[in-house]
Amino acid sequence: MLIDWFTVGAQTLNFLVLAWLLKRFLYQPILLAIDERERRIATELGDADAKKAEAQQERDEFQRKNEAFDRQRAALLSKATNEAQAERGRLLDEARQAADALSAQRQDALVNDTDDLKLAIRGRTQQEVFAIARKALKDLAATDLEGQMVGMFARRLRELDGQAKECLTDALKTAPEPALVRSAFELPDEHRSALRRTLNETFSADLPLRFEVAPDLISGIELSANGQKLAWSIADYLVSLEKGVDELLKGRAKPEAQAEPKPATKG
Amino acid sequence: MHLSPDEIIFWQFGVIKLNATIVYTWGIMLVLALGSKLITRKLSMDMKRSRWQNLLEIVVTAIEKQIEEVGLGEPRKYLGFLGTLFLFVATANLGTVLPGYEPPTGSLSTTVALALCVLVAVPLFGILEQGIGGYLKTYVEPTVIMLPFNIISEVSRTLALAVRLFGNMMSGVMIIGILLTITPFIFPIVMTVLGLLTGMVQAYIFSILAAVYIAAATCTPKPEPTNS
Repeated sequence: MLIDWFTVGAQTLNFLVLAWLLKRFLYQPILLAIDERERRIATELGDADAKKAEAQQERDEFQRKNEAFDRQRAALLSKATNEAQAERGRLLDEARQAADALSAQRQDALVNDTDDLKLAIRGRTQQEVFAIARKALKDLAATDLEGQMVGMFARRLRELDGQAKECLTDALKTAPEPALVRSAFELPDEHRSALRRTLNETFSADLPLRFEVAPDLISGIELSANGQKLAWSIADYLVSLEKGVDELLKGRAKPEAQAEPKPATKG
Repeated sequence: MHLSPDEIIFWQFGVIKLNATIVYTWGIMLVLALGSKLITRKLSMDMKRSRWQNLLEIVVTAIEKQIEEVGLGEPRKYLGFLGTLFLFVATANLGTVLPGYEPPTGSLSTTVALALCVLVAVPLFGILEQGIGGYLKTYVEPTVIMLPFNIISEVSRTLALAVRLFGNMMSGVMIIGILLTITPFIFPIVMTVLGLLTGMVQAYIFSILAAVYIAAATCTPKPEPTNS
């Protein structure tokens, strides 16, 4: 008989025992180890994903901050540039104003200098003219300047034309006060009497006269009565001389003004 | 010359006897259980692990995958039974390379015992999965007429399991024994190598067939398409 039923039973029992033993010592531990490893791998992958997401988030945050910083920097730079340009403009305006003020000051000073110079020239010319005229008259005609001036004034009186003479005659005759004779210098008595005689002859009347010294007449004689005036003086000639001097000075001032340096505009 | 290791009796007391089948089975049990215990004593949960642990993991996951491929949805539920079947038969067959070893699977008593275990396990798993009514219903499908044929099929395939394994292993051992007497040098070695292959194939066939029977018993039949 090939089948031994005791052996069959024993082998069945042996198989069941072996199945239990292997389940206890082989399958369960091995499957547990595999599951645990898979769980760990899954956890590590999850951690890695979380870290990756975190890194991505931090990268985004960093990028965002970086962009914000760039924007802020650009804004600050732009603001600083604008402020610097505004300050530059302000400083340039100030410098321009200062240069203008200085130029105006220089112009004023030049005008003052010109005026002073004109005054000085005028005075000096006056003196020189008198001195030259006096000397020339004295040397050539053996007479003094005052005498010549009185003579000149007398000739003018005599040469007065009709209407002017009438007006002056009326004024002299109707004047409540004596007619005033102003001269740049003190007239000697002979000249005064010569002048009085000429007046009496010219206007055919005995006119009372009052003499007065006025240096601003500049070597001249002026007769005034009741608002009418007759005068001769070197001032007329001096005025033309003054015009000539003015033109000369203007001609000098223009090149100086053109030669003035322009204010620097470099920033 | 003997056909079965059952005939080698070391000790006997009445019907109780200690023959080579039982003794070698204990040896295999000891090797498997002790080896598993020793290797799984300090298992590594990390990526770095020992070679023996790797080997066991490969074996276990391969068996699990094979069970799943047969069609059993939850392989771990059947791993204890089917995995033990394969490992026991494979170890018993691979032992033939050892001189003086008699494979327990060369005993019809052992193969009958294993086939009986399959015979019991199939309805057990079927009832656990589908309930007793659902399982018994499979015997009368597609019609009640099929009931005796289904029962005969159940018994005959159990017998076929037992006899197939026994016949293959017994014949292998017998051929090697006969060849040893005729041509003592080359052919027995070749036949031993062939026997190893045959042993592994038989272990695979035995466990796969058991898995297929269980799968057939546990799988709920698909609803038939209705004619509209």
